[in-house]
Amino acid sequence: MSAVEEVVTEAPAVEAVPKRAMTLGVGTSLVVLAALVLAPLFVKNFIIFQMTMLLIYGLAVLALNILTGGSGQFSLGQSAFYAVGAYTSAILMEHVGMNYALTLPIAGIICFGFGFLFGQPALRLSGVYLALATFALATAMPQLLKLGYFEHWTGGVQGLVVTKPDAPFGLPMSQDMWLYYFTLAITIGIYIASVNLLRSRSGRAFMAIRDNEIAASAMGVDVALYKTLAFGVSAGITGVAGGLGAIAVQFVAPDGYTITLAISLFLGMVVGGVGWLPGSIVGSAFIIFVPNIAEGISKGLSGAVFGVLLFLVIFLVPHGARQVAIVAQQMLGKLKKN
Amino acid sequence: MTQAQLAQGNSPLLAVRDVSVVFGGIIALNGVSFNMHKGNILGLIGPNGAGKTTLFNCLSRLYQPSSGDILMEGASILTRPPHRIAEIGIGRTFQNVALFPNLSVLDNVRVGTHARTSSDIISDSLKLTWVRRSEADVNKKVHEILDYLDLEDVAHTTVSGLPFGTQKRVELARALAADPKILLLDEPAGGLNHEEVYVLGDLIRKLRDERHLTVLLVEHHMGLVMSIADHVVALNFGRKLAEGTPAQVQADPDVIKAYLGSKDQ
Repeated sequence: MSAVEEVVTEAPAVEAVPKRAMTLGVGTSLVVLAALVLAPLFVKNFIIFQMTMLLIYGLAVLALNILTGGSGQFSLGQSAFYAVGAYTSAILMEHVGMNYALTLPIAGIICFGFGFLFGQPALRLSGVYLALATFALATAMPQLLKLGYFEHWTGGVQGLVVTKPDAPFGLPMSQDMWLYYFTLAITIGIYIASVNLLRSRSGRAFMAIRDNEIAASAMGVDVALYKTLAFGVSAGITGVAGGLGAIAVQFVAPDGYTITLAISLFLGMVVGGVGWLPGSIVGSAFIIFVPNIAEGISKGLSGAVFGVLLFLVIFLVPHGARQVAIVAQQMLGKLKKN
Repeated sequence: MTQAQLAQGNSPLLAVRDVSVVFGGIIALNGVSFNMHKGNILGLIGPNGAGKTTLFNCLSRLYQPSSGDILMEGASILTRPPHRIAEIGIGRTFQNVALFPNLSVLDNVRVGTHARTSSDIISDSLKLTWVRRSEADVNKKVHEILDYLDLEDVAHTTVSGLPFGTQKRVELARALAADPKILLLDEPAGGLNHEEVYVLGDLIRKLRDERHLTVLLVEHHMGLVMSIADHVVALNFGRKLAEGTPAQVQADPDVIKAYLGSKDQ
């Protein structure tokens, strides 16, 4: 067997889902949407803030899902893109005085460029090696943000304080609630665009590369271009999430964007189901709420409890929320028959 | 019309000119030349290690020849990267089937149209009108091909679960979706039983006649090659051993010697 054939027959690195199973049905989508729209009307501001963070991390997990589930590339460096997005928004708001909403597309575009450029050297790497290269990026980012050279803009170790926006047009709602609906609108927009993208010619090219690079190339897919585009898109969405995160938390500092964040996002993707976009929100809920639950069970051993919970999830449902959804669907189907 | 097309006339659709490939110190191909004419089925045969797959990989641009040239309609293909081969009308299948295992049959064949369509990530994300129109065309074409190859029943099935013979047909469908002028088939009979090989032979002839394809068939299965090829090229140890009609090649003493050995050895 020649080297080429070996590559051809090599199993794909990521166990992925067929495209049809990537989204929710219309009915389920409407129920989820209604829950997301109505829930904040009945809860306290702190919970609304947590729900906003749920959406923001959900976006970041979705971005990683497009990269890993869609194009089959790993990344442990998403925290770096998130940080660049957060700092872009914070600097534009505080130093330039730009409107918070306008900073988000800029954060997205800058991160897209950053991810696209990072994707160039990453082309030579795959699997665990790519994961390590992105890990290096995540490790370097907080220190780069602390550099004295940029201190005038970034605020150095101190970071920057961001002003929380009021609801516009004199709408009678709290800042938290306004920010939640603002984030929800952006999340829905990005979710729909992502679904469209993965179902399109470009999305098919991503998935073709994920499944078999040589065959994809023989069909005319520019493997290098689409791999870097996937990195760019993923980084761009993560950047928007980072910008929203900065506005919601009202603060950016280098140590908020360490490798721990990147690993959390990776965890969120696995728990939600690799390649299953709706799972992103479930994964996000896991990384936000489960540490709190663990702390509730045992203050001193919260890390260990979290570990046990994580272990249980991976052991019981290795394919994450997607697996739960499939089982639920089958059970519903059986109920209907009876 | 380009100059190459004007000059075509009776000239070959694809010309392999004195191609040599050297890996380290090993000469895998040594000055091989032959022509492929429009509408022909050319069988490329030879014992294991003769250089068939090496030549095949040169044609699909996975290997770069050390010397020589390959011309498609008079223009060299050697300056093109592998992903720009499909657009000039060279389609291929793989020896052990190289489909996209997690995608449905429909999506596998849709990827085949990649070289014949265009899009960008922004238009795709926003599902602009022209993207929808292009996708509608793609779907029409893909369903026509699935229907042609009798694959409509499994259109929505993920390919990894299909029987090997069906996967081979999906691969053929994917190659057809790129509107190739030349179809390169790498050992299509491998792994098929006697009856399936017979059906495959008919299918290749049907493709040639109904879809006006030119076919390069790299094959171990001598029966298949001899029954459907118009022209046969035999390789051994990287050199061209013989060339001609199936009957001529079968009767060639060098070919017989290469396959069966000779008394003198």
